[in-house]
Amino acid sequence: MNIPATTLPSPAEQGLNLQGIGSSGEHVAAQPAIEVEGFNAWYGDYHALTNMNIVIPEKRITAFIGPSGCGKSTFLRWINRMNDLVPSARATGTLKLHGQDLLDKATDVVELRRHVGMVFQKPNPFPKSIYDNVAFGPRLHLRMSRGELNQIVEQSLRRAALWEEVKDRLKSPALSLSGGQQQRLCIARAIAVGPSVLLMDEPCSALDPRSTAAIEDLMAQLRNDYTIAIVTHNMQQASRASDYSAFMYQGELIEFGQTEQVFTMPKSEQTQNYITGRFG
Amino acid sequence: MTTITAQSPPALPQGKPKSKALRRVRESCIMAGLIGCGVFSIATTATIIVILAVEAFRFFRLDEVSFWEFISGTKWSPLLGAEKHFGIWPLISGTLLVTLVAMSVALPLGLITAIWLSEYAKPKVRAVIKPVLEVLAGIPTVVFGFFALTVITPGLRWIHEGFGVYNAASAGLAVAVMCLPIVTSLSEDALRAVPRSLREGAFGLGATRFEVAVRVVTPAALSGIVAAFLLAIARAVGETMIVALAAGASPSLTMDPRSEVQPMTGYMVQIFLGDASNFGPEYYSSYAVAATLFLMTLLLTLIGHRVRVRYRQVYE
Repeated sequence: MNIPATTLPSPAEQGLNLQGIGSSGEHVAAQPAIEVEGFNAWYGDYHALTNMNIVIPEKRITAFIGPSGCGKSTFLRWINRMNDLVPSARATGTLKLHGQDLLDKATDVVELRRHVGMVFQKPNPFPKSIYDNVAFGPRLHLRMSRGELNQIVEQSLRRAALWEEVKDRLKSPALSLSGGQQQRLCIARAIAVGPSVLLMDEPCSALDPRSTAAIEDLMAQLRNDYTIAIVTHNMQQASRASDYSAFMYQGELIEFGQTEQVFTMPKSEQTQNYITGRFG
Repeated sequence: MTTITAQSPPALPQGKPKSKALRRVRESCIMAGLIGCGVFSIATTATIIVILAVEAFRFFRLDEVSFWEFISGTKWSPLLGAEKHFGIWPLISGTLLVTLVAMSVALPLGLITAIWLSEYAKPKVRAVIKPVLEVLAGIPTVVFGFFALTVITPGLRWIHEGFGVYNAASAGLAVAVMCLPIVTSLSEDALRAVPRSLREGAFGLGATRFEVAVRVVTPAALSGIVAAFLLAIARAVGETMIVALAAGASPSLTMDPRSEVQPMTGYMVQIFLGDASNFGPEYYSSYAVAATLFLMTLLLTLIGHRVRVRYRQVYE
């Protein structure tokens, strides 16, 4: 069974009103997806991110590297406002997704998270069946027939390169899958909501090398349709799987550029030291 | 026995070796102590079961009663009237009615409170409410019984005149208040044990706080919640003081919560408090009732165990 790619509802078709998001498609050079200016973030008194300025291009993979505690994950978790769950977290500056200010009080975080999917460090499938995991998001947001839901589930699993492995056991518990399969299921679950941006917070750090390779292959496929921001501690992963790389250190963005340039001719000495493992 | 002599330098300070015989004696003493404790608690339980069985058996050997009448009869009148009847069903229905009233209040209310505490309440609020609930769980049940008689019953009679001076609804509501802390506290523990990553996953898909609580956290905590429910039901079925005070003492086969009933525990209290002076059938009947009650709670425990095992297999 082959379902045309258009079956999956894009945010524009779902009649959403996040500005500018409807204009998907025709781009030649990379368009800006996320624009950040003078962005600062705190947890209580702790200044986690200092004066960040970065433009994350649309439909490209941008890797965030840097030592633990440098603010990579904090930044990622502001893009879908996951930090709203942390009572002490606050931020200033501008953080725009397709022109809309995400820090604006009027921004509907539920709508925002439909556009910005997130994949976590540890695979976190719900203790439900494989099918129900993927169908979770669509069931929250859409009214649809059983057939339409089946199509969304199948297509999301296909895009996450998991369909062939699970098509005969969609009703089995998601937790019966291997770690790598669980992580691809979580990607399928995020895709099923119809996002334009995927945030990945160290998606492979809990996986073995083979599963990691599978996720990287998958990212390369998804690159055509999604803006991907990935946090990773794995230098090789950043250098082979991303288009752009951002090096962060102690809450500041030190360097940002095309991955090849950052890894071969870093402008900053700190970047140089970090990527060569001589960190100090 | 081989002795190992350490020759490798550098030498550490060498203390005197501890007595091996003493160590062996100490270990066997500890072992004996542990076995003794285990045997004691098992033996106590076994003795209770044996006495229940023996005395219940003696009851069925009496001329006035038949086993068949006991398990199928719908009339329980061991104390009054020319002819005594020993049909257990009025007592069972009394227990079930009070439990039903109690659980239809305590289970939903307890679960909703638990969800609020776990998913909505601010940490400071929770830090106050949780200990208060646990204090509530420590109140002697006779206080709840008194509360039923002096507050709930007059309140019910004020709302609707059909309620008797003793009635099942009043006792049921008091049992509900008694069970509420158990249900809330244990359900809340189960909800809070659900990993944070599941909540984040659901929030990340655009779920609202309510959707996260109801569609992800509650199902994931189901085995713990069911265990809490069953424990509460077992407490309600076995609750004695409240029903003895507030439910009444006239066994009747009814499902009308306004009427006076006598649950199984209430009957046993009545017998052992001296209403039956001789060692006649009414005295032994309470053992048969106790054995029936024991079987009911045992069944609940077994169901609870099965449910826990089954859900745990799915969710872990």
